[in-house]
Amino acid sequence: MSNPLIERSAAHLAREVNARTLSAREVTDATLEHIDAVDAQVGSYLAVLHGEARAAAARVDARVAAGEYLPLAGVPLSVKDNMCLTGTRTTAGSKMLEHWVAPYTASAVARLLNAGCIPVGKANMDEFAMGSSCENSALGVTRNPYDLSRVPGGSSGGSAAAVAAYEAAIGTGSDTGGSIREPGAFCNLVGFKPTYGRVSRYGLIAFASSLDQIGPLARTVEDAALAYDAMGGHDPMDSTSIDRPLETTATHLRSDLSGVRVGIVKEFATSKLDPEIDALYAQAYRDLEALGATLVEVELPTADFGLATYYLIAPAECSSNLARFDGVRYGLRVEGSDVNEMYERTRAAGFGPEVKRRILIGTYALSSGYYDAYYVRAQKARTLIAADFERAFASCDVIACPAASSPAFQFNAKSDPYSMYLMDFYTIPMSLAGLPAISIPCGWVTPAGGDRPMPMGLQLCAPLFNERPLVAAAHAYEQHTRHAEKYKPALTEMIGR
Amino acid sequence: MSSEKIDVRYVAKLARIALTDDEVERFGAQLGDLLEHVDSLATLDTASVAATAQVVESRNVEREDVVTQCLDREVVLEAAPQRQGGFFRVPRIIAE
Repeated sequence: MSNPLIERSAAHLAREVNARTLSAREVTDATLEHIDAVDAQVGSYLAVLHGEARAAAARVDARVAAGEYLPLAGVPLSVKDNMCLTGTRTTAGSKMLEHWVAPYTASAVARLLNAGCIPVGKANMDEFAMGSSCENSALGVTRNPYDLSRVPGGSSGGSAAAVAAYEAAIGTGSDTGGSIREPGAFCNLVGFKPTYGRVSRYGLIAFASSLDQIGPLARTVEDAALAYDAMGGHDPMDSTSIDRPLETTATHLRSDLSGVRVGIVKEFATSKLDPEIDALYAQAYRDLEALGATLVEVELPTADFGLATYYLIAPAECSSNLARFDGVRYGLRVEGSDVNEMYERTRAAGFGPEVKRRILIGTYALSSGYYDAYYVRAQKARTLIAADFERAFASCDVIACPAASSPAFQFNAKSDPYSMYLMDFYTIPMSLAGLPAISIPCGWVTPAGGDRPMPMGLQLCAPLFNERPLVAAAHAYEQHTRHAEKYKPALTEMIGR
Repeated sequence: MSSEKIDVRYVAKLARIALTDDEVERFGAQLGDLLEHVDSLATLDTASVAATAQVVESRNVEREDVVTQCLDREVVLEAAPQRQGGFFRVPRIIAE
């Protein structure tokens, strides 16, 4: 059987390593050994960082021995592969960057390492973070640890699978339209997207710059809170990072919801959810009420337009951001007879179908004659969506709704691009409004044709900069319901063999 | 806003992506499908609505004009597909 250390929470590990009853080295060795045993089946990582991890563990043990307190001492960390880490390949899941070695480290990652984290691997993802299943990775397949025939979600699917499979205690994700929250829900995890600008994007390979936000994936709300507290805060290297003091969350967790008004979205109640899933969310809302919250109905009349708005704005921004991949300074180059042919061949060979689709739609939406009809109109719809939330938050403190409309689906189940886009229906409106939002395990359903219960996620969201009450509410719900503990990954059986 | 047929070849030229005939056909159909979905935005009354580019406060960020350390040139050039001395090498851009 595997070492029980791998299942410990980040909070537990850090406590013990700081108390020197456990060393970062022991945790690191146990985690690497476990990764080597299971990752061929799960596929969380594009690269396992044996050397870097052991070197980091030695540094952490030395710092702790010298009397330093590190909030995440010895905590194994999965780094999504769109975040730079000096000297490691950083691919964004793309052939374009398959062999690119990052010459610097992303600020969010650097802060986690400085807080004591051990980088154990670079995690698979949908290419350039475009996708909701990890199936768009050009470099590997990642499976859901709760049912290996299903996807882990995406785009941060590798980090989610890694944390769910105990191949790391926490993971970094990036969320543009749901890419932390949806894989979190699919893998029985807490997935936390902070307010836009709370966590520095320096060193994150850009997808849609007005939406991209880094956040943690963890097995408990407390672990997600510790990770957020470590990675958040102003960074002069990212001019969109918020220049105001970070309100830490881990020391402000709550065990009840008395005095909290929870908004239930009227428009989402009429959605076409499976009855079993609808009942599960209804129960989640009753649980919030049982914790002392007051439920109020709120309206988000334009949330329904979120998907259409997002699928103009995000591709427009990506078509501009990904123009940098031209075969000149780094990454793939395919030679051509002149410079234009070199560009065209490089981008044809380096980008996968979903990335090409989004660049094309974005280029079209920004092109002469269509700019006002598509891009500007989407930006105006974005204003209306944000205003809806502002009105709703006049009568509530937190909004509760689904994180995803279904549990993790099987591979190749969403071959039509739009059916994949629909997976983000509930997470996109918050992204467009820049709001902090978190998904927390809220129960299990056995999908039709499946033989294993799969996790579902409840999404909570709060006004801009209200991470503290948001995380506190998520913690109260988690402690009261304890859904995550009900089943173990299918993986434990594999280890036991 | 109407979902007229996209000239995929023209858009791909703007985006500098070479497409196969098969891709032109497939992407054309898929993008047409997506545009039909986004056409729903036309039903929103946005006549008096301001466009949002950035949702949280943003302002111009400046710093003191002092020299700071940047990435090492050698390290950066090592990642280049082709280099010549201290430069990135590219195919000829200006015709002879």
